[in-house]
Amino acid sequence: MRLLTHNMLSSNIKGVINGFPLRIEVEKVVEKQVDFNPDFLKNMFSKIDWKALADASKIMGYAELPEEVPDASVLDSDEFLQKFHHALLELHLEEGALVCPETGRRFPVNKGIPNMLLHEDEV
Amino acid sequence: MWYLCVFYHRLLDYRKPEFESLADLFGVFDDNPSSSHSLEWKLPQHHHPDSPFHFVNLPSEDIARKIANRSILVKGVYEIWGEGSSYEELKEAVNSYPDDRKLPYLTPDSTFRIIVDSFGKAISFKDQTSRIQGMSYIPFKGRVDLRNPEHKFWLIETDDYESNNGLPPIVDKRIFFGREVGGADRSLIPTYQLKSRTYLGPTAMDAEVAFLMANQAQAMPGKLVYDPFVGTGSILVAAAHFGAMTMGADIDIRVVRDGRGPDCNVWSNFKQYGLQMPVSLLRADNNLPPWRPGLKEIFDAIICDPPYGVRAGGRKSGGRKLLKGVVGPYTVPDDKRTGHIPSTAAYSLAECVHDLLDLAAKMLVLGGRLVYFYPVLRDTDTLDVDFPKHPCFKLIASCEQMLSYRYSRVLLTMVKVGAYTDEIEEAARVQHLEFKENHVKWMEEGNLHNAVFSSDFLGSDDLDSKSGKDPKKKYRGKYV
Repeated sequence: MRLLTHNMLSSNIKGVINGFPLRIEVEKVVEKQVDFNPDFLKNMFSKIDWKALADASKIMGYAELPEEVPDASVLDSDEFLQKFHHALLELHLEEGALVCPETGRRFPVNKGIPNMLLHEDEV
Repeated sequence: MWYLCVFYHRLLDYRKPEFESLADLFGVFDDNPSSSHSLEWKLPQHHHPDSPFHFVNLPSEDIARKIANRSILVKGVYEIWGEGSSYEELKEAVNSYPDDRKLPYLTPDSTFRIIVDSFGKAISFKDQTSRIQGMSYIPFKGRVDLRNPEHKFWLIETDDYESNNGLPPIVDKRIFFGREVGGADRSLIPTYQLKSRTYLGPTAMDAEVAFLMANQAQAMPGKLVYDPFVGTGSILVAAAHFGAMTMGADIDIRVVRDGRGPDCNVWSNFKQYGLQMPVSLLRADNNLPPWRPGLKEIFDAIICDPPYGVRAGGRKSGGRKLLKGVVGPYTVPDDKRTGHIPSTAAYSLAECVHDLLDLAAKMLVLGGRLVYFYPVLRDTDTLDVDFPKHPCFKLIASCEQMLSYRYSRVLLTMVKVGAYTDEIEEAARVQHLEFKENHVKWMEEGNLHNAVFSSDFLGSDDLDSKSGKDPKKKYRGKYV
C-alpha cells in the first residue's frame, strides 16, 4: 500500500465519525521505484491531506516532507516534487495494519493489500 | 478536411464512439466545449450505416493520424485522391486532384507501396498486380518498398455485390484511391490476448474490448483510472498500456492479494507487459467504500465491468445481517475478531449500478468519464432501454455487443457534467438505506441469471405463434 492510498482511506465502521487518518502500524516497508510524472503530482497535490501524508511518511521512515501545508508555488521546485513523489508513490507498506483512530479496529495490510472489509456487526 | 475512414468490420457499435472519444482526447472539440462532442460523418452513396466505409471531417491530418494510430477499430484513415464507379472515372478524379496535394508524396527520394484492398471479396494476386500497374498515370518518382514504405497508397474497391459479407448488397461499385494517414496497431491484441495472460479469472475482460474501454475512458499519462471491480486487473492493464496510473478494488481478497502464487497475481499481469504497477490494489466493498470524508474529484476515469449476476454475481458486506428474521443479528465474539472472515450478501444489479453512479459522481473530476458495461435482455430487434441516469452525468455513447440471442451487454460512456451537490449526496444516502432495508425484495427483482439461462424465456411457444415468419433475422449486424 502506498501513501497515496493511505491518504484516501478512512475507517467506515458504522457510527465512526473521525475515521481519518488511519494510524499506520509498520511491520515491513519496501521501496519500489515508480516513473516520475510531474503532471500527475501537481494534479494530486490539491487533493491530498497534507498533514496525514507528512505524518504517515515519517512513520514509514521518511522525514523529508515539510510539516506544514506547503504553498502551491513549491510545485515549481523539482526537488520538492521528487520528495513528494517518493513519499506519495514509492513507499509501500508491505506488511502491517491500518488502525481506526476512534475504535482501534485494525485493518490488516498483507502483501501490500489493505483489507478494508467490515465485519457483519460493523456495517 | 474530409478523410475516408475504413473500420474493421467488427464491434460495429463501438467504432464511431471510439473515434469520437479519441478526437475529444486529441483536442478536436477544445475550441468549442459546448459542442455535442460528435464529429461530422458521411456515408458513401448507397452504403448501409454498418458499412466499414465512412467519411469523417477532421481539422487536421495530424489529429487524424493520432486518432487512427491509437484506435483499435480503425483499419485506416485515408486522404482520398480520387473516387469513382469505374477505373476511368477514378483516373479522371485522381488526375484532377490538386498537384500540390499529390507531388510532396511522389518525390524521387521517397519510398512507397500500393495496397489493393476490397471488402467482402478477395482479389487474386494477378488482378492486384494489374490494378496497380493501371495506376501508372500517377507520376510516382519514388522507390517501391514493400516492407517499410514512407507512404502507403490504397486502392480500395467496395464492390461487394453478390458477395456474402454480412451486409445488404451495395448497388454501385465504388473505387477509392488514397494515401494512408494512419491506422490501428492491431498487434496490440495478440500481445495482450488473454490466452497468454498469466493470471486469469472467469470474467477477465477480452483484450480488444479492454482497449476500447480504455479509449472510451481516454486513459493517458498523468491520469488516474479506478476500477472498483478489479478482479485480475484485465481492464486496468489496457489503461496502464496507455500510460494512466491505475487503482483497483475488489471484495474478494483471494483475487487481489493472493492470486495463484508469487508470480501469478494481479501485479504479475502488469509486470508481464512491462507496465507501470497499479498505484494501489485494495480489498473494499463498492457498497460501503472506505474513502475518507471530504475526498472527492480524484479520479479521471472509472472503468469497470460490474458483476451483474449472469456469469458472476456481485457480493457486498452485511451477509447474514441482512437476512432479517431468518437468523438473529450477528455479533463477532471478541476473541474471534482477528482473522474473522465476514460473510457477504448477494448484490443486486440495481444496487450495484446505484453505488457505481454515486461513487463516480463524487470521485470523478468534472469532465471525467465513467465507462461500464450494462446488461440488457433482448427480445426484439431494436434496443429500447432506459439506461441508468444521474443528474451529474451525460450519457455520450452506448455500444451494444450481443452475447447471445437473449441478452447483450452495452458499454455505456458517461461524462461528468455537474458538481456533486449536498442534495445529490443526501438522495443517494436515502436510496442506499432503501436498498439495505429491502435487500430481499431487490434481490428478487431483475434477476438476470434466471432470465438468461431459464429454458422457457423466449421459448419455442413464442416462435410457433409467429409461424411462417423466419425466427432468425438474416441480418443482425451487431453479431459481428
